[in-house]
Amino acid sequence: MSDQDQTELLKSRLAEARSQAEPVCIVGQQSKSFYGNAQVGTPLSLAEHTGIINYEPTELVLTARAGTSLADIEKTLAAEGQSLAFDPPQFGGRGTLGGAIASGLAGPGRPWLGGVRDMILGVKILNGQAELMRFGGEVMKNVAGYDVSRLMVGALGTLGVITEASVKVLPSAVSEATLVQTPDSDVDLHALSEQLLRAGRPVTGLIHWDNRIYLRLAGTESAVEAACQALGGEQMSATESRAFWTSIRDQSHPFYADTQAPLWRVSLPPKAPLTGFTGECLVDWAGQQLWLKSDMSATALRALAQEHGGSATLFRGHLDDCDAFQPLDAVQTRLHQRIKQSFDPEHILNPTRLYREMEAA
Amino acid sequence: MPAHALFREEDIRFDVDVDPVIAALEKILPDEGLVVHEAGRRAYECDGLAAYKQLPLLVAIPETVEQIQGVLKCCHEAGVPVVTRGSGTSLSGGSLPHPQGLLLALGKFNKIIEIDAERRIARVQPGVRNLAITEAAAPHGLYYAPDPSSQIACSIGGNVGENAGGVHCLKYGLTVNNVLAVKVLTMEGELTTIGSEALDSPGLDLLALMHGSEGMLGVVVEVTLKLLPNPLTKQVLMASFNDVEQGGHAVAAIIARGIIPAGLEMMDGAAIQAAEDFVKAGYDTAAAAILICELDGSDAEVADQQKAVEACLRDHGASRIQVAQDDNERARFWAGRKAAFPAVGRISPDYYCMDGTIPRKQLAYVLKRISEISATHNLETVNVFHAGDGNLHPLILFDGNQPGQLEAAEAVGSAILQLCVEVGGTVTGEHGVGLEKINEMCVQFATAEINQFHAIKAAFDERGLLNPGKAIPTLNRCAEFGRLHVHNGELPHPELERL
Ligand SMILES: Cc1cc2nc3c(=O)[nH]c(=O)nc-3n(C[C@H](O)[C@H](O)[C@H](O)COP(=O)(O)OP(=O)(O)OC[C@H]3O[C@@H](n4cnc5c(N)ncnc54)[C@H](O)[C@@H]3O)c2cc1C
Repeated sequence: MSDQDQTELLKSRLAEARSQAEPVCIVGQQSKSFYGNAQVGTPLSLAEHTGIINYEPTELVLTARAGTSLADIEKTLAAEGQSLAFDPPQFGGRGTLGGAIASGLAGPGRPWLGGVRDMILGVKILNGQAELMRFGGEVMKNVAGYDVSRLMVGALGTLGVITEASVKVLPSAVSEATLVQTPDSDVDLHALSEQLLRAGRPVTGLIHWDNRIYLRLAGTESAVEAACQALGGEQMSATESRAFWTSIRDQSHPFYADTQAPLWRVSLPPKAPLTGFTGECLVDWAGQQLWLKSDMSATALRALAQEHGGSATLFRGHLDDCDAFQPLDAVQTRLHQRIKQSFDPEHILNPTRLYREMEAA
Repeated sequence: MPAHALFREEDIRFDVDVDPVIAALEKILPDEGLVVHEAGRRAYECDGLAAYKQLPLLVAIPETVEQIQGVLKCCHEAGVPVVTRGSGTSLSGGSLPHPQGLLLALGKFNKIIEIDAERRIARVQPGVRNLAITEAAAPHGLYYAPDPSSQIACSIGGNVGENAGGVHCLKYGLTVNNVLAVKVLTMEGELTTIGSEALDSPGLDLLALMHGSEGMLGVVVEVTLKLLPNPLTKQVLMASFNDVEQGGHAVAAIIARGIIPAGLEMMDGAAIQAAEDFVKAGYDTAAAAILICELDGSDAEVADQQKAVEACLRDHGASRIQVAQDDNERARFWAGRKAAFPAVGRISPDYYCMDGTIPRKQLAYVLKRISEISATHNLETVNVFHAGDGNLHPLILFDGNQPGQLEAAEAVGSAILQLCVEVGGTVTGEHGVGLEKINEMCVQFATAEINQFHAIKAAFDERGLLNPGKAIPTLNRCAEFGRLHVHNGELPHPELERL
């Protein structure tokens, strides 16, 4: 498939939708169509609006059209020894840059390597009035105007159609290893992660699942080697290691296979207690991200998450009368409504996908 | 004072009946908490951009969140503008008072509420000084990473307001990357917590929006931030170059090798000389540029990286490479860079500090153009530079007592900022727009974008009472500025009638 710039086409489609007051549902490669509240509206596809526009390894910047596949970007970066530090999921091997930004999801390295919001430098968007606008840019530091680029991260397309984005890229670790340990008592992932960090160990992944701890180390050769020797445990082969972390990131790991119970994602402060969350769980991000297959009621689960200073997202699966995201307080609900209104006064962009309440004028 | 009026007519549209406001505020604030007399208000008439001065209508110095809330409710009701001030070190006029408004001084909010060493989280009041956080964290082997040069004075609330950066931001991020949550009061006086101690929070990323919003969206009354463990080892290298371009190439080469230094700073010949005269740090005054590179991490990592960096520097023609042998020497290498601003203050009666960011590859071209632009105005410019992330700080030397020199310095500054936009950069990397760079915003952004900014502002502050006239230009301002500055042969905002 050859790259093409469909900005004008997208713009005119959106202008048309707007004149008809017809909602659009923004799609890329549809790898995350399950995510968020149900989709409404006529599909507006960015899948063919593709192409890397600028990539300069020494500037640590990549700019691409929103429909560019993450796999293509990964490949281009890998040829220069670089990567997207936020390591966005590619569910089913699919996913676009625009979708990665709109969903704001990051891989297992998030606590150590940063999230999407830490790497976004600039965006071009079409707002709900089909106006093409550019915010941020390709430079590392930029405080001119409000930070609209970061506001697009996780907004699930409710504020604008991202047509192009610039992200900061980073050198990939030269060396990587995974140690598998079988703990003999209660596991305190937070304490373990802290201990490693303070000892200067290059930890970039820490998972607890099925009574095993998976520890990823990535950095200079000498640092990874020294860590492996000092820490012990069974060492995965390089191929196994890569496959394991990709399967966690893309949810192709056996844990995610059974889809009977809804899949929850619980985001928690460091060292939050994990007791009370019943169901089968995989603990990621050194204890700060809990993947939970649970029949707990949404109310109970969200109350518990909130009590610990976190939140719970209904990630996959459906529950009656349950929206995808943890409800907001009254002040923030009002701010969400007004911000939505400011970008999309006709409410045509992915309405209700993030919060139903955002559509109240 | 600059030759032009600071505020435009539309920025000072507020019709305030001050006596009833004073009466209402006296009930809310402690005894000394409301400053009405001119002599008292004078103390707040400018921020770090001292050329801009404006007396506020009133100054409030609250001591509790409830008092701030009361002040905001009162001002909201009476239609009184509010300008929040932390330490007042903004270099762009961000905390410059509004002539019809109340200056909300948060200096009394200087308490560190909690240092949670185990979870590496600090909770602080907004007036706490940046350096005070690192000092409080130090006994636990922790520190707060963003370190603006003004860190002994500037407040964390102001850091959020400007999304402040520092020497270590190349590796550890800006304020926005290190703050977990803020408690905010809206202009209506409603309290909400934005963000959380978790790595993400539900809903739109309002936390990002608050950063760099220059006190235009809300008042930050508490900040939760993450602390980092002190690196096990640090190493500092200093390299001399016979021309600036070589230095620029060395920077690109280091990054191309896969190394992100903890800090990577450059100074040009004039800055080296000024710094050396001031602090006697042993800088190479024969060099056209020096590069200071700090590496941190575990012993093994730093050793590996040091070897690679030395090779890059040599390959790119460094005429001299020094490696600090101990903590003293490391401090000495940094001393000149850290004292660069005051050092320049000694060689010139006044200086004007600019803050554009450019793609690094444009460095040599931009520095050449800066010296040409300065020369046409008979002024000199000295450059210090966050080389790793392309953030320039040209210091334009002038003498405010000589007629016309301030205006010339402002003209040079404006031309430099427009140059930054022209090469694909931005008018401000970390100091903010404030009032200083508000005209140049018209060069960087088109009408739709400026309208969108105003709409975001209105979503938070419907009546436009928070810091009016700052950060986002009105379209009328742009039309007027556009008359004087035609960009790339195109008139900005062609749809507007030319006044
Ligand atoms: C010598 C010198 C060196 C400097 N070096 C650097 C540097 O290296 N990097 C850098 O980034 N900056 C630097 N600065 C600029 C300045 O110090 C920073 O912008 C700093 O963040 C401002 O903090 P402050 O407390 O002084 O804020 P103020 O000047 O008081 O306010 C700055 C802005 O934030 C708003 N604000 C303040 N407090 C709050 C609050 N609680 N809630 C909402 N809004 C608020 C104000 O309204 C204003 O718009 C330097 C300044 C000087 C004088």
